[in-house]
Amino acid sequence: MINALGEPQSLLLLGGTSDIALAIARRYARPGLRVALAARPSERRSAAATELVDLGCEVTEVNLEARDHASHATTVEQAFAGGDIDIAVIAFGLLGDPEQAWHDPDLALELAEVNYTAPVHLGVLLSQRMLAQAHGWIVALSSVAGERVRRSNFVYGSTKAGLDGFFLGLGEALREYGARVLVVRPGFVKSKMTSGLEEVPLAVTPDEVAEAVIDGIKGKRELVWVPGPLRVVMSGLRHVPRPLFRKLPI
Amino acid sequence: MSDEAVPAIKPSLPEEQPMIPQPLVELHGWGRAAGTMSHLAQIDSVADAVSALRKSDSRGVVPRGLGRSYGDAAQNAGGTALDLTKMNRILSLDASGDPATVTVQAGVSLDSLMRALLPFGLWVPVLPGTRQVTVGGAIAADVHGKNHHTQGSFGNHVRSLDLLMADGEMRTLTPDGDTTTLFWATVGGMGLTGAILRATVALQPTETAYFTVDTHRAANIDDLMQQMSQGDENYTYSVAWFDAVTRGRHMGRGVLTRGNKAPLAALPTKLRRDPLKFVAPSLGTLPEIFPNRMINKATAKAFSTAWYLKAPKDRTGELQNITQFFHPLDMVAEWNRVYGPNGFLQYQFVVPFEAAEVFRRCLEMIVSSGHLSCLNVLKRFGPGNPSPLSFPMPGWTLTVDLPIEHGLDRLCDALDNEVVGAGGRVYLAKDSRLSAAMFRRMYPRLDEFLEVRREVDPAGIFNSDLARRLELSKPTTGGRT
Repeated sequence: MINALGEPQSLLLLGGTSDIALAIARRYARPGLRVALAARPSERRSAAATELVDLGCEVTEVNLEARDHASHATTVEQAFAGGDIDIAVIAFGLLGDPEQAWHDPDLALELAEVNYTAPVHLGVLLSQRMLAQAHGWIVALSSVAGERVRRSNFVYGSTKAGLDGFFLGLGEALREYGARVLVVRPGFVKSKMTSGLEEVPLAVTPDEVAEAVIDGIKGKRELVWVPGPLRVVMSGLRHVPRPLFRKLPI
Repeated sequence: MSDEAVPAIKPSLPEEQPMIPQPLVELHGWGRAAGTMSHLAQIDSVADAVSALRKSDSRGVVPRGLGRSYGDAAQNAGGTALDLTKMNRILSLDASGDPATVTVQAGVSLDSLMRALLPFGLWVPVLPGTRQVTVGGAIAADVHGKNHHTQGSFGNHVRSLDLLMADGEMRTLTPDGDTTTLFWATVGGMGLTGAILRATVALQPTETAYFTVDTHRAANIDDLMQQMSQGDENYTYSVAWFDAVTRGRHMGRGVLTRGNKAPLAALPTKLRRDPLKFVAPSLGTLPEIFPNRMINKATAKAFSTAWYLKAPKDRTGELQNITQFFHPLDMVAEWNRVYGPNGFLQYQFVVPFEAAEVFRRCLEMIVSSGHLSCLNVLKRFGPGNPSPLSFPMPGWTLTVDLPIEHGLDRLCDALDNEVVGAGGRVYLAKDSRLSAAMFRRMYPRLDEFLEVRREVDPAGIFNSDLARRLELSKPTTGGRT
């Protein structure tokens, strides 16, 4: 149960080795916090588990293969084996090389499956659990790239646009049953996913995203932008006419 | 409800009848934080309760009374809460017994019980800070009042109770004899051993409904604690309000009020005509208009100073009525709305008398934290009772009401550490945020309770948000979809 001060008792991190997921877990960590780390088996996952155990958490490692849809039900079942999940974070995603992504059908399909199909499938599986327990949050990591899809990374952007719409809608559907959804739209996040890319203005750290998630849940929000001012920037960009938008260096 | 009059209740299990699915409603405690959605089942009879139990799924059921516990004790996300407030009949009164006893359905409020008993010159032995609690809730939380140091908590006065258990059977439990273990696990058991459906409570005789009250101001916490330590035994009732805002040498200045039931002879002639009059004025209901941060530096400081200064420095023998002495907050319905939509939490802890230094340090931490509390209570507890989860133990208890704001988690965690280090604990009826790990450390007899629970409710049918939070129930998954 999330207590009166917004502190959860259990977390499920789907994409449990992502920088943002771990930043969220670190912020919530306290003795006895149950954390299910769902990711591919890897040294990174083991290291993350060790770190959280050192912070007093009770960690379960669960296998997650985003593109193997048939395995999702088992992943979710194992994650809920220890009891209710208060906050489930869908944090996995794939950026891909934006130019290659629209030339290479396999990469395009992979992006669509990892960033959209898998979250939708897992989202429905999670919402069944949340409906039964009548409390809890699903946090979906969207992106500003999905707010207005740009030429520069439209394959990735389109997958996030789909994810964004699905989870906002799921949130509306779950509301009356006590469960909630938080959609997070970060800008450029300095993480392992973007390492090697050139930084852009208003870039944020995984820690700042984590803080926004925690505040968003405390404040019972449906949607948060990180950083907050991006909301203003994007609501301007949304209405820029296409011929002009095309010429913008974004 | 005619079956209610039969002394030994053997509930006949009704045939499976189509029940209208109960919609999910948001339930929360008096602190209005951490609400969740439960199915609320209206219980009008024992048969209703049995039927609701039979129909419960893996999310289980929890009994609910008037919703005055501050946290998540009487809510059950995804499961069922049994609304017992319609089971509110007073079944029988034995006024000539020694002591006199009354047998009631569990949903009777202490308010209606007092109103019914006073004309007979009978008094409810333990009254918490509000009369708007049910007898069932008073037992399940083992509530205490200003007379704890002399008369113990509510459970000490219960002569027997009827518990509807997870197997659908009703059992009558008494404090001694074969059923003693289950009786005391049910006292303070937060509704997790079963649903208390009726109880027999011992009463006290009283000549009047008034109190002779002595009031003293104390300049700081040391003065207050010293005054309280001296002479508490001369008073049945003793409690202090203190200022939790002012820092420095006046830190913890307060007002000590102690009193005894007034004998008829102490009443002026005017009041002697109706000495058992129940005086409970109502000033109305607080509307839902208050924003968050109503309690801010300016209002908290002004309130605390005014409250301190309005109290007489030293006054003895003042006559006060029930509302003045016991339940000033009951004059305003829904007063919790003053804290705004974010709600508040009440932090109440007890530490043994030996740990007075820890107690003082905790007060310092609260005062210097920047979190503001106006309704602050200090009291000395007497001996506890045999219940494994009952809160009171000999020592100092302190209560603060804190609006929910950023950083409150850190203050509460720090206080937990001090309290548990001194062998103390926090009160479950007020709690809405303790972790399972800390709870286990604070209640060393937890395993005794869990063993009883495993025995009488192996499937964990009685369940609540509090039970899940504090890991008093086995993990449950699935449920009604």
